[in-house]
Amino acid sequence: MTVKSAVSLSIEAVGHSYRDLRVLDDITLSIPAGQVTVLVGPSGCGKSTLLGILGGLIAPGQGRVLMDGPIASDCLNPLTYVFQDFALLPWRDVAGNVALGLQAAGLSRDARAARVAEVLALTGLTDFATAWPKQLSGGMRQRVGIARALAVRPAVLLMDEPLSALDAQTRALLLEEFSTLIAASGVTTIYVTHTLSEAALLGQQIVVLSRRPGRIRDIIRIDRPLIGRRPGDPDLMAIESRLWALIRDDAADAAREFTDAGG
Amino acid sequence: MQEVKFRGGGFAPRPIPFAGALTLLLIVAAWQGAASLGWISTRFLPAPLAIIRALVTLVQSGELRLHLAASLSRLAYGWAIGTLAGLIVGFALGLFSLARTPGLAIVSALFPVPKIALVPLFVVWFGIGEGSKLVTLGFGVFFPTVINTLAGVDGVPRNLIRMGQSFGLSRAAILAKIVLPGALPAILAGFRITTATAIILLVAAEMIGADYGIGAFVLSAGNLYDTDALLAGITILSLLGLAISWLIGRLERWLLAWR
Ligand SMILES: Nc1ncnc2c1ncn2[C@@H]1O[C@H](COP(=O)(O)OP(=O)(O)O)[C@@H](O)[C@H]1O
Ligand SMILES: [Mg+2]
Repeated sequence: MTVKSAVSLSIEAVGHSYRDLRVLDDITLSIPAGQVTVLVGPSGCGKSTLLGILGGLIAPGQGRVLMDGPIASDCLNPLTYVFQDFALLPWRDVAGNVALGLQAAGLSRDARAARVAEVLALTGLTDFATAWPKQLSGGMRQRVGIARALAVRPAVLLMDEPLSALDAQTRALLLEEFSTLIAASGVTTIYVTHTLSEAALLGQQIVVLSRRPGRIRDIIRIDRPLIGRRPGDPDLMAIESRLWALIRDDAADAAREFTDAGG
Repeated sequence: MQEVKFRGGGFAPRPIPFAGALTLLLIVAAWQGAASLGWISTRFLPAPLAIIRALVTLVQSGELRLHLAASLSRLAYGWAIGTLAGLIVGFALGLFSLARTPGLAIVSALFPVPKIALVPLFVVWFGIGEGSKLVTLGFGVFFPTVINTLAGVDGVPRNLIRMGQSFGLSRAAILAKIVLPGALPAILAGFRITTATAIILLVAAEMIGADYGIGAFVLSAGNLYDTDALLAGITILSLLGLAISWLIGRLERWLLAWR
């Protein structure tokens, strides 16, 4: 679709607390341009908070985030999210939801229609353009979520557990589609998950966070391109095992922790 | 061995087509029957046929048109004024911290006050003409509108607003494209309450210093103990309420097709 995104992010000594609850501590990390960075870590370790800080939705308590690199002229919203709960507007049909960011950017009606048609085709939603969100399955709703994000041709795609509200089969199917779409668009991607198989299939840089307060525990790089990775590949399984070894104890501890509602 | 008994039924009432209209017709028919058979003294309670005759007289004399025109225009203006003000205040309370707590205190203090009791005060303030009548209606409609609008705005999922922000929507765009449509179901549900309130207050307001209007008509019929005409007036009010409620139903089906 487009050339590789040349936009990278630098996270410099970012920390964050909610009142007395320290959730992120001293995160320094670079997000390389045109690659997929996966954030894994036990639930409650601050992954969503970090993603919120990266996209400018949460003001960091400490530190800062820098964006570097030329933003393509056709990019309408450099930092663009795909949400865990889809966050579709129920009163807009599929095409209307996909057009939301384009309208905000003031694109003409014709240009909007062209882009909407393009991303609907890309995500297999063409026949559903006039459907209401309530008429769609979870998997189709998240396809709308990704179509809405791709429509603005983002420089950085921020995906917060985009599959965790879906059943296992839908998840497997959608993961393949995401992988293809991300590889084709070459967009810099940050993908949050706590599913290790997703991390191994999508990640080029996998950042393992410790339990709360989240700190960087380890960074694992996978140089293989996304295309051609298959679930069950021995080297990917080996990476999953490594991730699990890193996370296991933290995950067990995190599960026993008192927490306020949220996630 | 024992067969497993089904115990999961009930608690799922379904609408029965035409049962509502049929029920009303049956009651009226039974009423007429009881009156014709002499079980109910018509001096005690006029028979439906007598009420219909009174209605026909009203229509033929052209009186109905005058009363209805006066009432409908008061209803429309009074309701619109109260609704508009209520929407503005409701949105302000829902959106701005500075408006919220003080505004909510005022609304909570004034909402339970029976507006009918304030009619004489409004007459003193706004004169005995149309002004006091519109203010009575508007005042009564205003508070439930504020409460419903506020509930609607508060009910808009926070994540949708964050989504809007994340796609670079302006504040105005978030208001128009997310908050307003998100609050609409609650606002329309409020219309059912406020239109009924408006009809009740209309009659109260028309009982002071009005020559025309269903309320004035009902009052004068009552003073003359013309119970046929009195109930004819009441019937018109009931039909008016039914018609408005039907209209709101259509509006909801049109605007909330996405639900
Ligand atoms: N707005 C908030 N106010 C208070 N606490 C919050 C808020 N958002 C998240 N938290 C808490 O901060 C911690 C980290 O949350 P989050 O970043 O969502 O973690 P993750 O996405 O890794 O599960 C959790 O314990 C959560 O309950
Ligand atoms: Mg999370």
